[in-house]
This record gives sequence, C-alpha cells and structure tokens, in this order.
Amino acid sequence: MTARRLHAAPERVAVTIDGEPAMLPAGESLATALLCEGHVLLRRSPRDGTPRGAFCFMGACQECAILVDGSVRQACLTPVTAGMAIELRGAP
Amino acid sequence: MMAAFDVIVLGAGPAGATCAATAAEAGRRVAVIDEQPRAGGQVWRAPMGGFPGKGDADQASGDTLRRRLAASPATRRLGHRVWSVVRTDTGYRVDTLGPDGPTALEAPFLVVATGAHERVVPFPGWTTPGVIGLAAATVLLKSHGVVPGRRLVVAGCGPLLAVVAAGLVKAGTEVAAVVDIAPRSAWLTRLPAILGQPRLAARGLAWGFAVAKAGVPVLSGHGVRRVEGGEAVTRVVIGPVDADGAPTEGPEQIIEADGLIIGHGLTTACEVTRLLRAEHRFDRLRGGWIPVVDGAFQTSLPGLHAIGDGAGIRGQAMASLAGEALGWHLAGRMAEAEATRANMAAATPFSDAMAGLMAQRPAQVRAIAADTVVCRCEDVTRAEIDSAVDAGATQIDQLKHFTRCGMGPCQGRSCADTVQELMAARLRMSRQEVGQWTGRPPLRPVPLGEVIGAFSYDDIPIPTPAPL
Ligand SMILES: Cc1cc2nc3c(=O)[nH]c(=O)nc-3n(C[C@H](O)[C@H](O)[C@H](O)COP(=O)(O)OP(=O)(O)OC[C@H]3O[C@@H](n4cnc5c(N)ncnc54)[C@H](O)[C@@H]3O)c2cc1C
Ligand code: FES
Repeated sequence: MTARRLHAAPERVAVTIDGEPAMLPAGESLATALLCEGHVLLRRSPRDGTPRGAFCFMGACQECAILVDGSVRQACLTPVTAGMAIELRGAP
Repeated sequence: MMAAFDVIVLGAGPAGATCAATAAEAGRRVAVIDEQPRAGGQVWRAPMGGFPGKGDADQASGDTLRRRLAASPATRRLGHRVWSVVRTDTGYRVDTLGPDGPTALEAPFLVVATGAHERVVPFPGWTTPGVIGLAAATVLLKSHGVVPGRRLVVAGCGPLLAVVAAGLVKAGTEVAAVVDIAPRSAWLTRLPAILGQPRLAARGLAWGFAVAKAGVPVLSGHGVRRVEGGEAVTRVVIGPVDADGAPTEGPEQIIEADGLIIGHGLTTACEVTRLLRAEHRFDRLRGGWIPVVDGAFQTSLPGLHAIGDGAGIRGQAMASLAGEALGWHLAGRMAEAEATRANMAAATPFSDAMAGLMAQRPAQVRAIAADTVVCRCEDVTRAEIDSAVDAGATQIDQLKHFTRCGMGPCQGRSCADTVQELMAARLRMSRQEVGQWTGRPPLRPVPLGEVIGAFSYDDIPIPTPAPL
C-alpha cells in the first residue's frame, strides 16, 4: 500500500521512529503520516504475532495502538508533534 | 472542574451539532463534546494537518454547520474524549479527557449522538496491513487528502462503495475493480425510493459516471474470498456470492493490488446508552442494536435521548433532521419540533433503501471459514467461538469469558456484530435472545495517569488517630 498525498505536506518536524531520525508533517494524524512514509505495518498481534496496520482510521479498532514517548497511543487519533519518540517494533 | 448545563450533547456530527446549535440558539445552556478537533462528524469530516480540503459539497455542508455551531452560544468541548458517563440524582455526569486534562460536566438532559462504526465481515487475510475500511478511506480522502495506495480494490456493499470508488478515481488512483456483494437487481428494486430524493439520486449517478468513465470494472454479486501477501496486500481473490452474501460455485478471479478497501455497512455506536443500561432492541435493517426511543427520541431512561446513526443507521439527512427536531423539543418549542418530524417521515423511504443495502447478511457471516480470525484484538478464530458454544456458552457474556472475544482493547467494536450472529446461528436462537455484551467503562481507552492527574501521596488526608 503506497499512499500518496494530494497536497504539499505541511511543515515537517523531527521525530524518531524506532530510534531513527525522521521528519513527519506537523498536525497530521500519526497513522496517516506513517502510512505516507511507507509504514503500513505498525505492530504485531499479541497472541499470534501476525502483522497489523491501521484499519479503521477513526479510533474504533485499536489496531494502530503503538508506543509514543513510552505510552500506548492510538496513532489515528494522535497528531504529529515535534520530538515524538515513536516505536513500531516491540509495541504491544 | 465541574460545569453545569441544561443539556449535554455527546457527538458533534450532523445529528449532535445540529441539536446543540438549535437548542442553544433557542436559549438553552448547552455543552457539546466530540473527540475530533472539529465538528462535522464522519460524513462532514473537517480537513486537518494543513490539508485545505477537497472543496466539495460535503465540505461546504460541514463548513456551514461548523460556522453555525461556532456562532451559537453552545459551549464546545472539541478534542475531548468521553470515557465515562454515569447517572446522578439530578441527571447525567460526563467525564472527558482533553488536551488540558480531565473535566466533568453535569446536566439533567443528555443527548447521545455518537454515530456509527464500520462493519467488516471477516475473511482470510483481513488482518493483513493494507486492508482498510471503506469508511477509513473516506476519512483519509476527506480529512487528510491522502489516497491509500497505487492500485486498489474497493469491495463490500452499500453506498460508501460508490463514494469511495469515485473519490479514488477523481484523485487519480488506479481502482483495479469495484466488487459489490449486491446483485444489480438489488439496486434496481430500490430505484423508486432513490428517485424520491432527486438531489441524492443525482449525486449517486455522478459517482457512478465517474467510475464508469475511468473504465473501472464493476463486479456485482461478487465478494472477497481472501487476501494474499501476509505482511502486506499483494493479491485480492474474489468470487461470486448469492444475494445474501454467501459464496456460490463459480470461478475465482485474482486481482493484483497493493491495498484492499472494504466495508459491509455500518453498525450503531450505542456504547453510551448500553453503558447506562437503557433498553435496546435488535433491528437488522437499522444496523444492529438500537436504543428504544419514544417520539421525542427519549430512551427508557428519563432525560437520556439518542439521535443519528447511533440510534439506528439512517444516514446524514435523517441525522440532521433528528438533531433539529430534538433541539427544538429540548427548548420547549413543540410546534417547530413537530414540523421537523414531518420532514423526517418524507425522507424515510430513501434512508430505508440505503440501510437495506448496508444491513448485515447472516449467510455471509455463517460462511466464515473455521480458521479465520474473527476477533482481531485477541486473534480468536471462528472455530474457537463455535467450540465455546459447544462447550456450553449459551449467553453472550459467557462467550466473552470463554474466548476473550470482546475483551480486547476495542471492547468488541470490531467483532460484536459477527460474534453475536455466529453464536445465535449455532444455538438456533434469535439475536435478541443471545443479547449483547454488557457495557463497561471506559468508553474509550484512556491513560489512567492522565485521568488521575498530578497527584502526590502527601495530598492524601490522614485522619487523626482515634483516642485509645
Ligand atoms: C468513518 C465513517 C465514514 C463515513 N463516511 C461517509 C461519507 O463519506 N458519506 C456519507 O454519506 N456517509 C458517511 N458515513 C455515514 C455517516 O457517518 C452518517 O450517515 C452521518 O454522519 C451520521 O451522523 P451522526 O451525527 O449520527 O454521526 P457521526 O457523523 O458519526 O458523528 C458522531 C460523532 O460522535 C463522536 N464521538 C463518538 N463517540 C465519542 C466519544 N466517546 N467521545 C467523544 N466523541 C465521540 C465522533 O467523533 C463523531 O464526530 C460514514 C460513517 C463512518 C463511520
Ligand atoms: S486505526 Fe482503528 S483505532 Fe486507529
């Protein structure tokens, strides 16, 4: 799934994704920003370890629950802000 | 901090925002709460994060409603998630978590206008990254200006199929196929009701033309058999289905794609009325469990009202009308309330026709394969649900304990409609008899630390020791 923006992305801010520096558009929902950067796979299911990505983009399914600054956040409801430490690997 | 109002409206979509503005303009002290940063709900989602918006009819309607609400005296608590609602001696207390921490609001009247969730009936591979909901795609297109793939399959049923397919085509993305469970005849039989709403019929036609002009193949009477790829969608396999959504004999087709956008209609988001133990009944046409309401949209509990898709799937036009009618009613303006209700009757045939295309198809659910995951949170398969029933679970809350279905972080929002249907079928009971999961707080997952706020053990008052 290669997502594409229909507009020039807003100003980007520095974050880290799994410790690596990255630039994401400020104010965009984190799930959308990650999708546009090619992070379709966000986490693995706790019981079977199967790959998962954002599914509902509206806060209902919890498939986008990843670690942001050490606590679990729904990426689809979290706006991107400068300095976020985002962890995809090892998220619950 | 505790603020008092006459009316609290939960949800700022077409139903809630219209209700709040109407009642506030007519003199009531109203607070309206939504977890989204801007009003408009799902259908009129506001653009965010620097995206200017598509400038289409939906955006214009949303802007009109947002301006009206902002100009009204209603207090707006946007960007606030409601995680608990309780009954008090004098009405209702609503606890929210917003950017500035926790707040609580109280009022004698509570209006629940929380809208709908998308239903996706499970199939092998539906948990693969790159499979997203039809409603999810509308969010990406409307709020973010993002097309979620290079070559996509759009599948499922109901009017959102056409909305999404046309939106993607206009955005210049390749749509490999539109796969509709409904046979063409299902749309034709609804034609009279559709033509009864010429404005909406014209929009539907425009969507159809956009898809046809782009040369997108439309496969009616077909459904998704499975998604292949494992770590990311690479192929979507489709095949013929009967009018009830169950697979039938016939050739499978393999479509190469980097994403699948799928939805099988909407279900009511009735967690709040459920949590408060209002009376509900099962109505398949209206999206599942709906609160029982009277002519003034009041549930079985005094002062608790429910409107919009959360009180039964009826679409935007009916949601707006119900919001206005209830707004007048709460302001004591009965003549206006009555006149608006008459307009709702006129819009009912169209709304029923659309709801029919989106209603759950029991045969489609019964055809789910044994090893298919049904509960995404806990990886519970159909076979595990069946064996829990065979092991003696006769009531839906028991099934939750046996299998953990509905116990995960989504609290059953994704699987309830499917799990309850599977259980009813195996027990040969009605959905009404099987019942629904008991509602429990929190309504939304909230970090406990943020709800408690800054707190120190030194703040806890220690009683003076009792005399010996
Ligand atoms: C994701 C999605 C996309 C859709 N896209 C379209 C479309 O493109 N075109 C179309 O015609 N129809 C669409 N629909 C159907 C459409 O939603 C309805 O017909 C219409 O919006 C119903 O209005 P409503 O006011 O009842 O609910 P909604 O518009 O759904 O509004 C409900 C509001 O309640 C808020 N809310 C819910 N629970 C909480 C809580 N616990 N705390 C705080 N806030 C809460 C939500 O954030 C939302 O803003 C969509 C539905 C969904 C679920
Ligand atoms: S993608 Fe469903 S909750 Fe975020």
